[in-house]
Amino acid sequence: MSAIKGKVWLFGDNIDTDVILPGKYLVLTDPNELAKHALEGLVQDFYKKISKGDIIVAGKNFGCGSSREHAPLALKYAGVGAVVAESFSRIFFRNSINIGLPAVISKGARGIIKENEHISIHLDEGYILRENGEKLPIERYPDFLLEILKDGGLLQNLKRKFARRGEV
Amino acid sequence: MGMTIAEKILARASGKSKVEPGDYVVGKIDLAMVHDLTGPLTLNVLKEIGYDRPWDPRKIVIILDHQVPANSTVTASLHQQLREYANKYGTNFHDVGRQGVCHQILAESYVKPGMLVVGADSHTCTLGALGSFATGIGSTEMASVFLTGELWFRVPETIRFELKGTLKQGVSAKDIILYIIGKMGVDGALYCATEFTGEGVERLSIDSRLTICNMAIEMGGKTGIVNPDAKTLEYTKCDSCEILRSDKDAEYQRTIEVVLEDLVPQVSLPHSVDNVKPVSEVEGIEVDQVFIGSCTNGRLEDLEAAAKILHGRKVKEGTRLIVIPASPSVYIEAERRGYIKTFIEAGSVVCNPNCGPCLGGHMGILADGEVCVSTSNRNFIGRMGSPKSKVYLVSPETAAATAVEGKLTDPLKYVRS
Repeated sequence: MSAIKGKVWLFGDNIDTDVILPGKYLVLTDPNELAKHALEGLVQDFYKKISKGDIIVAGKNFGCGSSREHAPLALKYAGVGAVVAESFSRIFFRNSINIGLPAVISKGARGIIKENEHISIHLDEGYILRENGEKLPIERYPDFLLEILKDGGLLQNLKRKFARRGEV
Repeated sequence: MGMTIAEKILARASGKSKVEPGDYVVGKIDLAMVHDLTGPLTLNVLKEIGYDRPWDPRKIVIILDHQVPANSTVTASLHQQLREYANKYGTNFHDVGRQGVCHQILAESYVKPGMLVVGADSHTCTLGALGSFATGIGSTEMASVFLTGELWFRVPETIRFELKGTLKQGVSAKDIILYIIGKMGVDGALYCATEFTGEGVERLSIDSRLTICNMAIEMGGKTGIVNPDAKTLEYTKCDSCEILRSDKDAEYQRTIEVVLEDLVPQVSLPHSVDNVKPVSEVEGIEVDQVFIGSCTNGRLEDLEAAAKILHGRKVKEGTRLIVIPASPSVYIEAERRGYIKTFIEAGSVVCNPNCGPCLGGHMGILADGEVCVSTSNRNFIGRMGSPKSKVYLVSPETAAATAVEGKLTDPLKYVRS
């Protein structure tokens, strides 16, 4: 995979799914509509303020709470290129990869990376490159997860597999 | 070295004789559930793939529970999509009239001990109370499950909670799990299975065990689980299922003891579930709305506890009480026992079985500055409506006492009198 490059938005610990995408918008299924409410609980008009490819860097337990896939979808369609965190809630982690938004675990990164800094994430090589040239290690994905991300998400991955079976 | 019940179920479902924490396995799914908010996304994904025939429609359960009956044309259209899919392939379907909180419907009619259950809802961990391995997943991977009947899992470490002794009167399962989450923190069990064992659990009813396992996710747990016993087998009408239980020499990440006698009524304060204190320390907060219901506390035992306190009393003027039984069978039995009459006479509104205001969808959304005392499971910013409202999580006993007084109230004086 090519490197993911973007400007950093810093967030704290335990950023929950109700602030990432409030429950009242769960009736929306169009990801572009969901995007307009991304992180509404914390940053007003987040989708207008971010540039495509910007990277969220957060503390521990990012995405805790509900199983709503609407949460990573809203982030992705708002333009977020990846989320880096100390740790993720497990359902958010799975959902994020499944919809093609890299959820990257990097211990200690939250305390080192600065707001608005430009970083690049190198998933294949397993590190984050900071503006000043410093490399921070990331947790490597098992091969089958990396394959899903390379396909752009589980949907594309399934499309490829089912097309191979001649079932689509 | 033996295995925990979680490990045994994942081993069985993936055709292995032994698994260990950290192993990745592909498990065959016994039961897959979606509801009216997560199911439509699954159907979108299937449409996009261009193939939507389920691997086994008998193992798929579609339940309308979040906003039912439909409260808008948008919701109505979501229900319509699910109805059409269910009719097309003959999956199990709970439409208006058979609707109810999905985890309660699954507990009453579908889940058996030893099953591997996935639901497109984070509180699917509730069903571990019946000795299954049950966990929440997203809508896209549910599409994958619909097509293949399989899903990958990382075998989790298990944390054991050993419950000792007996609860005092007026203290209930919700207080146990709030107390535990307060000690563990919202990520204290991240990625782990949480197993509840000991004589303390054996003495608890199935309703209580469901309440406890329901909130495993609120400390990051992948599932909550209780080893099946005679009560489980009776509840699940399980004559012929294979019973899996943790081995005596199973390995746990750690074991935490909880002495039930020591517990008092607990409250989780805004805006984090682990912000837990004894109710007695924060009594007196003025309350606009009280909600008794949800997948945490909408069962018969919960309604019974609330009705005992509300019987012959009135909801305080200026406070609104909303009661929602979790399923049609809970509703019918609560009606038969007179609880529904008690609630209405006390001045509350009783709604049809569904999730209600728990996630701010309908039936009691909060305005700016309002305070709600709720028996549900989350108090995040904006969870039940306005980002400027506040939610306090409590047991049904505390909720009922609070409704009577119009302010956050320790229920112990009501159960003693």
